[in-house]
Amino acid sequence: MSDPQTLASLTRPSRTPMLTKLPGLLEPHRIILLLIFIVGLVAAIQLMDWSWLPRYLPKLWEGLQMTLIMLVSSVVVGFLIALPLGLAQVKGAWPLRWLATGFCTVIRGTPLLLQLWLFYFGLGALFGQFPEIRDSWAWDYLRQAWPYGFIALTVSFAAYQGEVMRGAFAGVPHGELEAAKAFGMSRRKVFSRVWFPRAVHRALPTLTGEIILQLKSTPLVATITVMDLYAVITQVRQTTYLTYEPLLFLVAVYLCLSGVLIVGLRWLENRVPQH
Amino acid sequence: MANVPAIEIRDLHKQFGSLKVLKGISLTACQGDIVAIIGGSGSGKSTLLRCINLLERPTSGEIAIQGEPYRMKDARHGGLEIADRRQVQRIRAHLGMVFQNFNLWPHRTVLENVIEVPIHVLGMKRDEAIHRAEELLNRVGLGSKKDIYPAVMSGGQQQRAAIARVLAVDPLAMLFDEPTSALDPELVGEVLSVIRDLAAEHRTMLLVTHEMAFARDVATHVVFLREGIIEEQGPPDQIFGDPRSPHLKQFISSVA
Ligand SMILES: Nc1ncnc2c1ncn2[C@@H]1O[C@H](COP(=O)(O)OP(=O)(O)O)[C@@H](O)[C@H]1O
Ligand SMILES: [Mg+2]
Repeated sequence: MSDPQTLASLTRPSRTPMLTKLPGLLEPHRIILLLIFIVGLVAAIQLMDWSWLPRYLPKLWEGLQMTLIMLVSSVVVGFLIALPLGLAQVKGAWPLRWLATGFCTVIRGTPLLLQLWLFYFGLGALFGQFPEIRDSWAWDYLRQAWPYGFIALTVSFAAYQGEVMRGAFAGVPHGELEAAKAFGMSRRKVFSRVWFPRAVHRALPTLTGEIILQLKSTPLVATITVMDLYAVITQVRQTTYLTYEPLLFLVAVYLCLSGVLIVGLRWLENRVPQH
Repeated sequence: MANVPAIEIRDLHKQFGSLKVLKGISLTACQGDIVAIIGGSGSGKSTLLRCINLLERPTSGEIAIQGEPYRMKDARHGGLEIADRRQVQRIRAHLGMVFQNFNLWPHRTVLENVIEVPIHVLGMKRDEAIHRAEELLNRVGLGSKKDIYPAVMSGGQQQRAAIARVLAVDPLAMLFDEPTSALDPELVGEVLSVIRDLAAEHRTMLLVTHEMAFARDVATHVVFLREGIIEEQGPPDQIFGDPRSPHLKQFISSVA
């Protein structure tokens, strides 16, 4: 099946791989890349104008928080919506299946930017026409921009992930479910103990990619006046007349975020070996 | 209690669409019986076994486990359907099935596979389940592998883990469906030797197998299935030493 070496590394999470990887970082081409990176960094710090940075740090921090809130909330809620979307497409009665498939197809087939604007300008204006809504507590939120950013990002993530979950649910080998059934598990138990965790497990590798894509979609909310990190940087550029420094700063932050996400999710994924 | 048959099957029929797979099977396995079921591919061996825990719904006939018949009702489009799901689940939990492809749950470690049913179906305390599971894994020679995942084990190890998973429910009867057919030849022996140990304890089992020498060795009763009927049955020495039906003779010489 597999050789003894992978066998050892695939048992329960161990901390050794991080240590054994260290010498790999010291290979010649890595060292050269590292040097180039350091030279670039030093040059950027020395030759460019970073005087604006301390002044804007509080605002940048708020922007980063907004970006992370948008990312995490839309991923979590979107994933929760994706589960029934995937399940309905695999196992639902035909109206449900049809609805779920239609939803995923429409959302995945249109630009996120368009959806964002439709929610913001369309839904936002619609809500404003009803005095019941205008007078309710919800209006405090609904007249702000971020709820619409959140809705659009969530709907988009749900649609993409719903498609992934459809494949993940459908792909769990029948024999594993049958074994659960043969041991007297109720349908609900079969679902909660085997089918569902197995589907999530199968979907994890693609989830990493989807979350990174989602991170890179968050700046779109700046177009509906949500003050995320990208919007703050845009403001910095307009007031300081600097072009490259703020953009480079943005690149660095998004790279760091992606890196942290990738490492964290890989770790999660590797906890359980696939076939 | 001792004279209630563990498994009693009466006039079992099963058809898939218009394909008649089982055509009137009657079979009784008493406690401690080890019934080997042999027959050519497509003769209905798996279907018979899967009817016993209702993974397949019989078209007609009656099945009783430990004297308790499954409650069935007539289905709208012919055949039978389960009348009391709870009863079926309760009985299933005590009929351990070992599959040709192991069917371990790959998102759980070996130990977690073994404690899954005791905890989540039988309601056993976790500590107790773990304690028993560790004993059982030692028994099948996997004591040191309890924390690894099935995907990184050999087929023989996976099948032994699957047997431990069945033993963990302390089954009334064990159903084996060609437990060694998916294994590389050099791994067959380790699984057969575990089954041989269980046979020596007089555990009730129904064993579908193509390992004729093994069947002759451990079985108390052999059933030869052909085209959905029991063509011949009897003690192993008679079935293998003095087969009557020409088909059985031919079958034995073809697999020997
Ligand atoms: N779910 C099913 N649907 C339709 N036909 C089936 C199904 N399961 C088994 N069969 C058919 O029933 C016959 C007996 O199958 P099976 O019991 O698996 O035989 P065996 O285990 O003896 O090889 C075969 O012809 C097979 O194609
Ligand atoms: Mg078979």
